[in-house]
Amino acid sequence: MYKILKKEILNPTVTRMTIEAPLIAKKAQAGQFIILRVDEKGERIPLTVAGCDRASGGVDIIFQIVGGTTMALNEKKEGEYLCDFVGPLGMPTEVEGLKKVAVVGGGVGCAIALPVAKKLHESGAEVTAIVGFRNKDLVILEDEFRALSDRFFMMTDDGSHGQKGNVCLPLNDLLGKGETFDAVITIGPLIMMKFVAEATRPYHIKTIASMNPIMIDGTGMCGGCRVSVGGKMKFACVDGPDFDAHEIDFDEAMKRGKTYTEFEQAAREKHCNLFKKGVK
Amino acid sequence: MPKFNMDPKKSEMPTQDPAVRAGNFLEVALGYDEQTAINEAKRCLNCKNKPCEAGCPVNVAIPEFISRVAEGDFEGAYEVISRTSALPAVCGRVCPQETQCEGKCTRGIKGEPVGIGRLERFVADYHNAHCKTQPVRAAANGHKVAVVGSGPAGLTCAGDLARLGYEVTVFEALHVAGGVLVYGIPEFRLPKAIVRKEVENLKALGVKVETNSVVGRVFTVDELKKEYGFEAVFLGTGAGLPMFMGIEGENAKGVFSANEYLTRINLMKAYENDAATPVFRAKKVAVVGGGNVAMDAARSAKRMGAEVYIIYRRSEAELPARREEVEHAKEEGVVFKLLTNPVRILTDADENVTGVRCVEMELGEPDASGRRRPVVKEGSEFDIPLDCVIMSLGTSPNPLLRNATQGLQTKPRGEIVADENGATSLEGVYAGGDAVTGAATVILAMGAGKKAAKAIDEYIRTKK
Repeated sequence: MYKILKKEILNPTVTRMTIEAPLIAKKAQAGQFIILRVDEKGERIPLTVAGCDRASGGVDIIFQIVGGTTMALNEKKEGEYLCDFVGPLGMPTEVEGLKKVAVVGGGVGCAIALPVAKKLHESGAEVTAIVGFRNKDLVILEDEFRALSDRFFMMTDDGSHGQKGNVCLPLNDLLGKGETFDAVITIGPLIMMKFVAEATRPYHIKTIASMNPIMIDGTGMCGGCRVSVGGKMKFACVDGPDFDAHEIDFDEAMKRGKTYTEFEQAAREKHCNLFKKGVK
Repeated sequence: MPKFNMDPKKSEMPTQDPAVRAGNFLEVALGYDEQTAINEAKRCLNCKNKPCEAGCPVNVAIPEFISRVAEGDFEGAYEVISRTSALPAVCGRVCPQETQCEGKCTRGIKGEPVGIGRLERFVADYHNAHCKTQPVRAAANGHKVAVVGSGPAGLTCAGDLARLGYEVTVFEALHVAGGVLVYGIPEFRLPKAIVRKEVENLKALGVKVETNSVVGRVFTVDELKKEYGFEAVFLGTGAGLPMFMGIEGENAKGVFSANEYLTRINLMKAYENDAATPVFRAKKVAVVGGGNVAMDAARSAKRMGAEVYIIYRRSEAELPARREEVEHAKEEGVVFKLLTNPVRILTDADENVTGVRCVEMELGEPDASGRRRPVVKEGSEFDIPLDCVIMSLGTSPNPLLRNATQGLQTKPRGEIVADENGATSLEGVYAGGDAVTGAATVILAMGAGKKAAKAIDEYIRTKK
């Protein structure tokens, strides 16, 4: 059992939890993920590590409440326990040798982009952070990003906070002005990462995307997390989750991501009904 | 009652009716009752040279346990088996006895061999149902051994070392112990309660089991030795990455590896109505491959309500699956498309599977494996409309541990290099099971775990 040390509501749909897992905290690096189960009957879901404190043994996860499992997770309180918590899984994000980097995060993906930006910042790299959200109510981690980036761009789709537009706007602008980067690291919705990859492609800038496909074991056994990269089949759990964004078949990944849409919708409704009964 | 039973046939073991069992996940075979077991045990000739024992990878004292059964001393029989086998209730169910112990049985020359597997299963089930006492723990010898992976190789190795007094910790990546016994082999062939019981038996011997522990990520092998004080490490990490064909459409929605499909059903219980884990509810499924895993996937899909095909490129004679599995699959209504090979998975605009394009094959000259090589019949292309394809083509070794373990020698394809005692290129590090051999059987993995346990004991006793 893994204790919830801290729980914090970041916005109406996104929650941060710190889980007591000292062995994982000791090893986890930016870009790696964990798999958790909320309870004995729960499904296994992968979540990228959003930070960890080696001293206290806490591992941070930030999740969007989107389905039955994340709803159940969000109902857990500080001091309660998660049934299973395993990691760190996947390969860490490669930051070695990078001196000037743009980190482009979208929505809850910013939670994963933050530790990457932090690691780059701590290694002395110049960090340009570009983060995007649908509107001001969904903005998370703004102060944290500001604190460790040399340049910071806040974008919202409706312009209710920062500039209006998507993350490609400032990125295209910078690239168009002749700005160059050792790498662009992008984490967020597949469609956003696809457009970031298209933005950097003409400039031949190394672009890394962090994938978050369907998976069960996370150790290379099930093959559910396969992603086409440069025409080759890769497994996100052991080969990734980071891949060369110019080589990823994003369209395929988006379609694969919808394999269980119907089931997930039913689970969400079932969970909402259960919850309503519970509070009555 | 006569002393010997000269019936040339094995005593039948009752099974669930095929039409009924194709709709449930309950165990297919129902086991012997006491009288049938005694009767079958009396078919054993108690041969002096014991050919059956030589056919057993873990050398169970077969005639000895069978003679106990014939006397009605079932607990005594259990003691005999458990001297050498850590998982009797499992072996009695999933061992390919026809090519091992029973394949060597003298009674098999002129009739059917003694039902050794059925007797082993009976004895283990009898023990688990009746025994109230805890096994006696060996006196601790003060040495610590780590076992990585809790599948058949790891559990066997752990059990043998615990019986010798070692303090054994088993590290398992998943949230339950058992490896392929829990994620791969279906409930209807090996009820998970039995695996749980076998793991409990090992815990009673003093074995510690740490789930949610991925060695290679949370600990390295080196750290287990240097920081955690394990004097030896056994790697029983299993087979690894599922293989695919490399044909068009393999990443479509509705194409799964057998590992994924089976894990959702077996480990995550996705067939239960209130399961939190989704599983693809297919109407018509093709399972590609002819091994035991393919049969498991096909029979599981049948139980999920689908119409099911097995597509295999060679003929029935070459099917690598156990005969019994093939027969059971057929009885349950799985349709075999033999000498057939998929060349493309057909999809609609949203990447949903709509069918599979196949070619007919014929058998040519024998290949390196000694089996006749299948060759494509010109102009034989045809389509099967369906909504799900399950690839069951075997696995390639998992790169996770080898990438994280400096100095661990592996073969070009990635299997860990180990000698006949399981010793690897690293001192004090042993390996066995599918991680060394590539995908094989439960009992071979157990045999490897057993040999490694012996070698580890010798290594620790003799090192300076």
